[in-house]
Amino acid sequence: MKMKIGIPKAFLYYRYGELWQTFFQEIGCEIVTSQDTNRAMLLEGAKDSIDESCLPAKIYLGHVRSLIGRCDHIFVPRFENFGKNDVMCDRFMGLYDIVRNVYPEASLIGFDLAATEHKSQWQAYLGLGKTLGKGAVDILLALRRARLVQEAADQKRQEQQTGLFQENGIKILLAAQPYLIHDPYIGQPLAAMIREQGAIPLYSDHCCRRQCRQRALEICGNLYWIMNKESVGAIAMHRHQVDGIILLAAYPCGSDALVNELVLRKVKDVPVIQIILDEQQSQAGLATRLESFIDILKERRRATA
Amino acid sequence: MSKIERKANELVFSFPHMGDYHVPIARLLENMFPAGRVLVPPPITKKTIELGSRYSPDFICAPFKFNVGNYIEALEKGANVLIQTGLGCRFGYFGEVQERILQDLGYEFQFFSLARENAKVKNAYQGFRRLGSPHSPAKFLAYVLIAAESIRIMDHFAFIMRERTGFALRPGSFEYLYGCMLEELRQVSTLRELIAIRRQYTDSFSKVEVRRPPDLLRVGIVGELYTLMEPYSNLFIEKELAKHNIVVSRKMSAAFLLFGKNSRKSLKDTGKYMKYWPGANATDSVAQSRRYGRLGYDGIIHMKSYGCTPEINAMPVLHNLGKDYNIPILYLSFDGQTNETGVQTRLEAFVDMLEMRRKTFEKDSLSRGGHRFHFDKGSRS
Repeated sequence: MKMKIGIPKAFLYYRYGELWQTFFQEIGCEIVTSQDTNRAMLLEGAKDSIDESCLPAKIYLGHVRSLIGRCDHIFVPRFENFGKNDVMCDRFMGLYDIVRNVYPEASLIGFDLAATEHKSQWQAYLGLGKTLGKGAVDILLALRRARLVQEAADQKRQEQQTGLFQENGIKILLAAQPYLIHDPYIGQPLAAMIREQGAIPLYSDHCCRRQCRQRALEICGNLYWIMNKESVGAIAMHRHQVDGIILLAAYPCGSDALVNELVLRKVKDVPVIQIILDEQQSQAGLATRLESFIDILKERRRATA
Repeated sequence: MSKIERKANELVFSFPHMGDYHVPIARLLENMFPAGRVLVPPPITKKTIELGSRYSPDFICAPFKFNVGNYIEALEKGANVLIQTGLGCRFGYFGEVQERILQDLGYEFQFFSLARENAKVKNAYQGFRRLGSPHSPAKFLAYVLIAAESIRIMDHFAFIMRERTGFALRPGSFEYLYGCMLEELRQVSTLRELIAIRRQYTDSFSKVEVRRPPDLLRVGIVGELYTLMEPYSNLFIEKELAKHNIVVSRKMSAAFLLFGKNSRKSLKDTGKYMKYWPGANATDSVAQSRRYGRLGYDGIIHMKSYGCTPEINAMPVLHNLGKDYNIPILYLSFDGQTNETGVQTRLEAFVDMLEMRRKTFEKDSLSRGGHRFHFDKGSRS
């Protein structure tokens, strides 16, 4: 019988989803993903979390909880850094131990990715595959294939978005961590609202990530969080192609608190608002804020035309 | 606030407060810049926090707010070079944001960052040279060494003070001695003097008479470093505990951060509780809590500023650890607006509970380490 691997559909799933799915399939495992985030899941997760942890972390625990009993192992990787100045948020460093201590009954598998400590992507996945009892060649081939799939998917999304930049409507750049933007419960309703009001939402993580990481330093000189670099870099790259920028942050995100403050203080030539999401989100309040922001953008465009 | 007189082109250095560490830092800066002046920011007050909170981002941790408050008060008094460090968690990015906030407020100053890469000895030396420090690398290192050793001496005696101060026959004698020592450290300029100070105060600390009841309560303190080290930010909880005649053990200090930290070892010391390092000092919090549990301490107080990511990562682990070792843990979170009465009430309830537990489980195996007074070694002596 095939081994069943549970993948929580939260956090870095929105960055590596295709890669993980293909990888596990290629090495001959069955995949169980959790459902899309919903209110019940969030509440369950929040119940098991420390009050002060951030919204996406609570959601993550909700996803993990929903997977317990439905699979053989739950996949909880640890990401530390991709280089000296490409660091992940501390939350990703502690996630494995959080899950392990909150749900001791769950069987976890994962890897540890820390480039500065010579734990590269290849080594990480090699270790992961070996714990599942696969041979090195199979694992590396699977990883190669998985990476190609992920790259192709990223490329496709990027191209789609490049097309959107040419459109004539009001364009709004959602600059945020991918797990906020693409989460069906917190970020996607916002994008839907933007569309409803006739504007086009653009996503910071659907831009060229490599370029973003370089360009981010134009706004935030010493930034070292890789995911923030990507969202800030998207602003640096596209600020003149869009009508407005929405900084999306979860309460209380550690890195966004600092970085968004700096962006708000430094980016003055494009209208920017910050929207902070938390558990007690009211859709009506959000819609009102969006509406007035889009009104401003429309007026602004009319004035310049 | 009265402004100091400043000559043209004179550099006036300032830095944020953290506990009593302004003493060695001010001394270090004086040594580094004989031509400049050092302005120790006014002590932290309610006003400092108000100023800091007003100009800080919404959900930033309290240390950021305290720092901004200190900077503004120092700038108002005439400082024109501000110093910030930054390591570990988001502390590494404080500097850049704070610089911008203060610039937006219209102040003119230079910002000297010793964060991350800049904190490496070579880069730090170049930074000091750029600001006009006339010293050779050897001299630079000597001064850094003196500052480091001062910090170590401070923390050594502070550790002893915390453990004994609740039992001094004449209340306040430890604080008095510690204050005298700080005065002397403020003037120190050679390593030889430092050694003399250490010897002298080892002697006088050991001469202070203490009377410990046989059934004293012992509490270990762990958590995020700034909140632990800046008594204003934790509402003087250690003094409060001393008033209840409790032995307070806190290993975390600047000396621990500079010399005692060993991530790999402390990760190992967390035992089965942690597999990976979750950022900043979270492993130390867990490892030390486990140690307190093993030594049979009566309770642990875990303190952090609101939203501290690494410590929040450690908290689920501490929950389990507390259960396994049967040691109560009080979790306190401070955000600069924390109500003093509220914290006091919780602390009193915690202490009452510890006392009751002690009575109930008097001869039980719970207090594994026995009731004998145990000296945690603390920062190396």
